[in-house]
Amino acid sequence: MTNSFAEFETAKMFFCIGTNMTEAHPVAATFLKNAVMKGARLIVVDPRRQPLADFADLFVQIRVGSDIAFINALMHVLITEDLYDKGFVQSCTMGFDELKAKVMEYPPEKASDICGVSPEKIRETARLLASVKPCMLCYTLGITEHTCGKNNVMSTANLQMLLGNMGVPSGGVNPLRGQNNVQGACDMGALPNVFPGYQQVANPDARAKFEKAWGVSGLPEKPGLMIPQMMEGLVSGAVKAFWIFGENLANSEPDIAKVEHELASAEFLVCNDIFPTETTRFAHVIFPAAAWSEDDGTFTSSERRVNRVRTVSEAPGVARPNWWIFQQIAKRFGQNWASNSGQEIWDNEVSVLAPSLAGIKYRRIEGNGLQWPCPNEDHPGTPFLHKEGKFTCGLGVFNPVDWTPPAEVPDDQYPFVLSTGRRLFHYHTRTQTGRAGLDFLLPEETADISFADAEALGIVHGETIRVKSRRGQVEVRAKVTEQVPSGMVWMAFHFREGCANWLTNPVFDPGTLTAEYKACAVAIEKI
Amino acid sequence: MDSFVLTLNGKQVEFEPGQTILQVAENNGVHIPTLCYLKGCTPTGACRICLVEVEGARSLVASCSTPAEKGMVIHTESERVHRTRKLTTEFLIASGKHDCITCERSGSCTLQDLAYRYGIDTVRFETTVRPYEKEDVNPFIIRDFTRCILCSRCVQACQEVQVNRAISFGYRGPHAKIIAGGDVPYHESDCVFCGQCLQACPVGALVEKKARFAGREKDVEKVRTTCPYCGVGCQLELQVKDKRIVKVNAVEDAAPNKGRLCVKGRFGYDFIYSEDRLKTPLIRENGEFREASWDEALDLVASRFKTIIEEHGPDAVAGVSCARSINEDSYQMQKLFRGVFKTNNIDHCART
Repeated sequence: MTNSFAEFETAKMFFCIGTNMTEAHPVAATFLKNAVMKGARLIVVDPRRQPLADFADLFVQIRVGSDIAFINALMHVLITEDLYDKGFVQSCTMGFDELKAKVMEYPPEKASDICGVSPEKIRETARLLASVKPCMLCYTLGITEHTCGKNNVMSTANLQMLLGNMGVPSGGVNPLRGQNNVQGACDMGALPNVFPGYQQVANPDARAKFEKAWGVSGLPEKPGLMIPQMMEGLVSGAVKAFWIFGENLANSEPDIAKVEHELASAEFLVCNDIFPTETTRFAHVIFPAAAWSEDDGTFTSSERRVNRVRTVSEAPGVARPNWWIFQQIAKRFGQNWASNSGQEIWDNEVSVLAPSLAGIKYRRIEGNGLQWPCPNEDHPGTPFLHKEGKFTCGLGVFNPVDWTPPAEVPDDQYPFVLSTGRRLFHYHTRTQTGRAGLDFLLPEETADISFADAEALGIVHGETIRVKSRRGQVEVRAKVTEQVPSGMVWMAFHFREGCANWLTNPVFDPGTLTAEYKACAVAIEKI
Repeated sequence: MDSFVLTLNGKQVEFEPGQTILQVAENNGVHIPTLCYLKGCTPTGACRICLVEVEGARSLVASCSTPAEKGMVIHTESERVHRTRKLTTEFLIASGKHDCITCERSGSCTLQDLAYRYGIDTVRFETTVRPYEKEDVNPFIIRDFTRCILCSRCVQACQEVQVNRAISFGYRGPHAKIIAGGDVPYHESDCVFCGQCLQACPVGALVEKKARFAGREKDVEKVRTTCPYCGVGCQLELQVKDKRIVKVNAVEDAAPNKGRLCVKGRFGYDFIYSEDRLKTPLIRENGEFREASWDEALDLVASRFKTIIEEHGPDAVAGVSCARSINEDSYQMQKLFRGVFKTNNIDHCART
């Protein structure tokens, strides 16, 4: 997030696109709702009439995967009606002419055919957007989990720069991270192209710095593989040994049958986990790990805030902290790593090596955490980025993008769009919430379908139906709901039985290799 | 220029226009007891505990809902104020079941504190039993209407703090009740089990079921930590007894959640105590897992990785880190892959 949750309370307007905030980030949603109750305007853009829509001034129900066409059309209106922030565009950005040329190809009438929203409503949305300043744009995986995910993200940034909503409190582009420490895992360099603090592995200076710090030589220069490439490498033989730490890929990746074939192909598979999972079945060695509250450390939240995590009890049996397990392997390769606790790792290594985290030490985050960038120990942290329109690279660059359809669209054989997401009462593959009593509130997966489709197919609420795609099929109960438009099936991936990922399409954004969880074609039938 | 000044317990104090008497008192270190007042919400003035005496006013006024005015002369601890607060407390005690012996909130109950403060050792009025049964049908929240004092803090927590709009007042007069939907159990209503009502309840009417008989507030140690679920980073106050979490509250006034939680953060903590936990290293042999020592399992992994790297090069190994575990674990894993194995084949589910 460029901005912070605290700024929700003072926001004048929200543009929420592809974010089911009340279910996936419920506490953030409370601050948004508070602001709306006090008069803030809310525009919700989503293929589903999800709960946030009840609070919206304007709910815009676009078709799955049509975000770019819709946003380009908004920008078309903003430019043709002279409603954009010329001052900001002129002094803080570059590439406006290219953007203008591109969005001129998306008049509302044309975009309407793609996104299913009337030209009048597109114009109304653009005008409302331009009428209040600043506006906070929030998105979640509804934007990223497409083959055009990266371009979707570019579109949101284009829109906010055009509106001059960057670099101010209660503005910005705010992706809400789905997991407690997905931000932190990125910051720590658990990515194939960067060291901790986003220092490029391709940069010789960065490599030299880490070689010195770690007392090693020959750090590799070539960026590594991303998860889907690793998985394919297991089958092709390019990857022989695979180490999965705390991920249940066998349920969470698209096309479970394919994923399981890949996992089964591993010559040697190691897992660190706290529970046996569908994934650990394929392991050759399983290391039992300390869980949350059994180890001292830090999580970094969506708003770049580094928060403390504290120990309450010992891990069961002989389970040990994950950092210890990695340290022990290093030792067997002849490297003796000095840090022997979360605090030593953070204070003596992470914050020393990552400039944006240099000012964050455990003693400074006993209470509220600090938000990076925090370059020195006197720095108070950074609630919002790009202050006064100053972007990291100088000027904010517009990246004009074209709309592209999902890789698989409905046809005669598979006439419905399947879109997926998370539900309030469970978390991911339920390894945690399934063992905390939450099954009481949501005991099984459902296929959410519209009243119109249910009636047309003679399906009643609660009836077990079959949902099938080109990858697989599941039998689940139908949940007939007004949230879902006709032509759509909506499911989650919390339960092994009826998991949406038996059906989802293993196609990826070419740049980020994010899977297209939000769109594939399915058929539904009575049993 | 006229300044905004009033007299509080004989002392001249300044205030900002729009502040309530309660806020002015708090800012000046004067404690006024409250019951229904829920910080940040619209004051209702319902419970009449925060009454104070304002000279010239027709009656005592509720400090939570009365705006401060220039020249007011306020007494927060006069005899009249005490007498009235005591009487109000007696009425509350006489309506409903307020036995403290096994109440979870004994020791952290506002009503109990008031009774003690005003020295109520006998209740002069006949006790009426509230006509509603306890609701104990979901695994998370027990609603004991016999202990409810109808302060409406839970309603405000639901309507104004979380804006989930699940609970409200139902019925009238002596039959008044806090209801969910059309008076149905929580789990049959629009309730999303955020448990904000639990945290707002000043007495033992709303109790966390998992925490029942597990340790009262005075018995627990409080540990601040960060929620293990979504990316908001809510700050939790773990209540811990004998090295075991017995209850989770939100840390009041902490960034970012300011005393708020959701269903997963509040109730989803005890997976760590599941019997399913992996407790020892396991090695797969002939399709079955067998227990192993750390040394055996670590040696095996190290030797297999060594062999594969020697035979096929460092890029023949790859790793996926965990977006749920702590930063320090991810740091170590990428350090192992880069600095020891010499590959950048390290990733996590960053983009999903």
